[in-house]
Amino acid sequence: MTIAFSVNRKRVEVSPARQDMPLLYVLREDLGLVGTRFGCGLEQCGCCMVLIDGQPEKSCAKPVWSVAGKSITTVEGLGAPDKPHPLQQAFLDEQAGQCGYCLSGILISAKALLDRNPTPTRKEVAEALDGNICRCGSHNRILRAVEKAAAIIRRAGA
Amino acid sequence: MNAPLPGPLADNPTLGAWVTFPAPGKVTIFTGRVELGQGVLTAMAQIAADELDVDVARIAVKSGDTAVTPNEGYTAGSMSMQAGGVALAQACAEIRAMFLAQAAKVIGCSSAELSISNGRLLRGGKTTGYDYWTLAAAVDLGVRANGATARKPPADLKVVGVSSARLDLPAKVFGQASFIHDVTLPGMRHARVVRQPSRGAVLDSVDEAAIRRAAKREIEFVRSGNFIALLGDDESALDAAALAAPNHVVWRNTEKPMTLQQEAAWLLQRPALDRVIGPPEPAAPQGRERFEATYTKPHLAHASVSPSCGLALYENGHLTVWTHCQGVFPLRAALARALKLDASSITVRHVQGAGCYGHNGADDAAADAAVIAMQKPGVPIRVRWRREEEFMYEPKAPAMVVKVRALVAPEGKPSDWTTEIWSGNHNGRPGGGNSLLAEEALPDYVPLPPAGEVPEANGGGATRNAEPLYDIAQKRIVHHLIQEAPVRVSSLRGLGATANIFALECAVDELAARAGKDPIDYRLSITSDPRARAVIEKAAAMAKWDSAAPSGTGSGRGFAFSRYKNRAGYAAVVVALEADEDIRLRHVWCAADAGLVINPDGVVNQLEGGIIQSASWVLKEQVRFDDGVSSIDWLTYPVLKFSEVPEIDIALINTRAEAPLGVGEVSAGPTAAAIGNALSHALGVRIRDLPLTRERIMASLLKD
Repeated sequence: MTIAFSVNRKRVEVSPARQDMPLLYVLREDLGLVGTRFGCGLEQCGCCMVLIDGQPEKSCAKPVWSVAGKSITTVEGLGAPDKPHPLQQAFLDEQAGQCGYCLSGILISAKALLDRNPTPTRKEVAEALDGNICRCGSHNRILRAVEKAAAIIRRAGA
Repeated sequence: MNAPLPGPLADNPTLGAWVTFPAPGKVTIFTGRVELGQGVLTAMAQIAADELDVDVARIAVKSGDTAVTPNEGYTAGSMSMQAGGVALAQACAEIRAMFLAQAAKVIGCSSAELSISNGRLLRGGKTTGYDYWTLAAAVDLGVRANGATARKPPADLKVVGVSSARLDLPAKVFGQASFIHDVTLPGMRHARVVRQPSRGAVLDSVDEAAIRRAAKREIEFVRSGNFIALLGDDESALDAAALAAPNHVVWRNTEKPMTLQQEAAWLLQRPALDRVIGPPEPAAPQGRERFEATYTKPHLAHASVSPSCGLALYENGHLTVWTHCQGVFPLRAALARALKLDASSITVRHVQGAGCYGHNGADDAAADAAVIAMQKPGVPIRVRWRREEEFMYEPKAPAMVVKVRALVAPEGKPSDWTTEIWSGNHNGRPGGGNSLLAEEALPDYVPLPPAGEVPEANGGGATRNAEPLYDIAQKRIVHHLIQEAPVRVSSLRGLGATANIFALECAVDELAARAGKDPIDYRLSITSDPRARAVIEKAAAMAKWDSAAPSGTGSGRGFAFSRYKNRAGYAAVVVALEADEDIRLRHVWCAADAGLVINPDGVVNQLEGGIIQSASWVLKEQVRFDDGVSSIDWLTYPVLKFSEVPEIDIALINTRAEAPLGVGEVSAGPTAAAIGNALSHALGVRIRDLPLTRERIMASLLKD
């Protein structure tokens, strides 16, 4: 039986021959969604973070059969250049990144945080991102960008 | 009239090698420097925009491609702006002058009457109907740079000096293909390498059937001598096979690093090549106090967030390699040697990877792919290292021992200074000393002679920043280069500067304390360089430095200063922290002087990055050995987390009239020392060995 789930609100089907494949590889290779990055394959660095039914989860060691029927959001599902998500806009405004390899996973972790807590403190933002490794040292810009996005979202919702 | 050309322009003097006008309204600039996350491509576009008088939006940047870009060696040593940027600016200035002259000739006026606005030629501010693109056919860019045409004076620069958004960031924020890991080629096959457990290990036997069983999918073996690669179409199957493989391969002649070798002190008893830079060391005169202290730094990992990746295709006698390494031309030369090909039959193209901060596994992954591709003509090969493979096999920053000896004059100032260093070499890059890993496994491998250290003319390796910039009558460096290393060693951001500045600037604090002086006042009393004084005073003012803050309260502040390589950017850093058995960084202030700054926000980003990375090194990082490298993932090699990062304030001293100075590596060294000094202030005990772990803090508190 094919494995069916949704990615960025589109229904996708994966052949049963691929059922043990990590979700990350299915996203990148089968679906061409390369925004979710491979960092370790050990669920340690957060580069491969996606939302699964709204929860931030690492996709590098999660067999694709385990997401059957679920709803996945990747960084590509947040927004696009012509319609950026407030987080993406805030990251550009704050120039929050250096090499940028970690950013997809961080944007996803931040999205999950703001969905459950629209008014996080700096400490809460930092703790929500502790599962994501940034090696270039862009941390403070990223923290500022998430706070800024939270403010934009609050204003838009007000 | 000809004048000397800035270095990279002298090496690549044809103007058309730097700039072309490929289509109406479009400018392409070519740089040998590569994007490593430091924003170099954006800065290059800014430089060209100003010198050519075109908007940044018209400019495309081609970077790091042996087929099309100038050869600028490595993107390293904070030299991109200082050398590569100045070369590009000079080429652009000369090209602009040639177009002005051509337009003047066509129009029949003096070129002094003409100006350029976004590529269009204006006369007296009015359009002439000519632009770069209409004139391009008549201007021969195949000529040699003359070096005499003046670049714009800093006061006339409008794009340079203004923060410019990074050109590469949008793609990364929207999750678009940006990295080498995202490159796919038609018919591409994935590969993993079963690595030699140590250098010189000899293959006895391989149980291919067992490895195939672990893959649970069809895989193919590609072997040559001690080189074993697994090929397939399914990455996770290859990962499983590669993970299982070491249990099914028998090697002899293996020599794995031992625990005792993980500490820098191991270096002290090793054979070394010794040299002294500076006058001989005097005996301590009667009545003169002699200060001596020893500081250490362990092996560190680059620990890029993306494991190394390389692609290669051998087709019709030509090898094309895609890599995220720092030097496409040196890699091409190394591949030519390893594969016995002529360099002209190899093209090496840079594609971005995650930040590397020096010589990581990128070159080796590219070589892996190339070796396999040579055996599989026509098939594109992609090798992606596993996380554990990256930690185990990337070249490490060498451990260092730094001993400081100073003779102290009666008023408490140093009159004679010795920095004595024991270190492996920082020069393991292709073209330096190391061979490529895959090359070492090939049947006809001939070991290369041991690497020398990075020459002093390039800022030195282990000796980088070993000489204090302070006013001291006599200074010398005693350097013990240790050729024997438990693991491959090479360059990491700052090379020897991290350990040396940690040692020097902690020692200066210790000398200040002996003299009963405030550490900043003490430094100012032995500093005459006005730019050094300016950053020291600025950082102190930013942090509202309190000379009277008592020591030993658990709350500490520390200061440190350096000028990177004693010739690049200046930085002074103040750190505030709290410490009991653990250290919590609270705030870091940094004042820097980088001369003419191209992209101020880019510079601030680099300075912040250097501070955080250095804090991570100093508080957490050490590559550990236990019958091999035992720091193999993010649990066994933890780095600083978001919740552990301090607030950071940066100030750039405005020295626009001065030449641009590299900044990528300037903040890390002083940050390391300022943390050491702040910890000493907080606890009242001095820890001279990195990292500043809980175990070391507890031990020093108990000893006290």
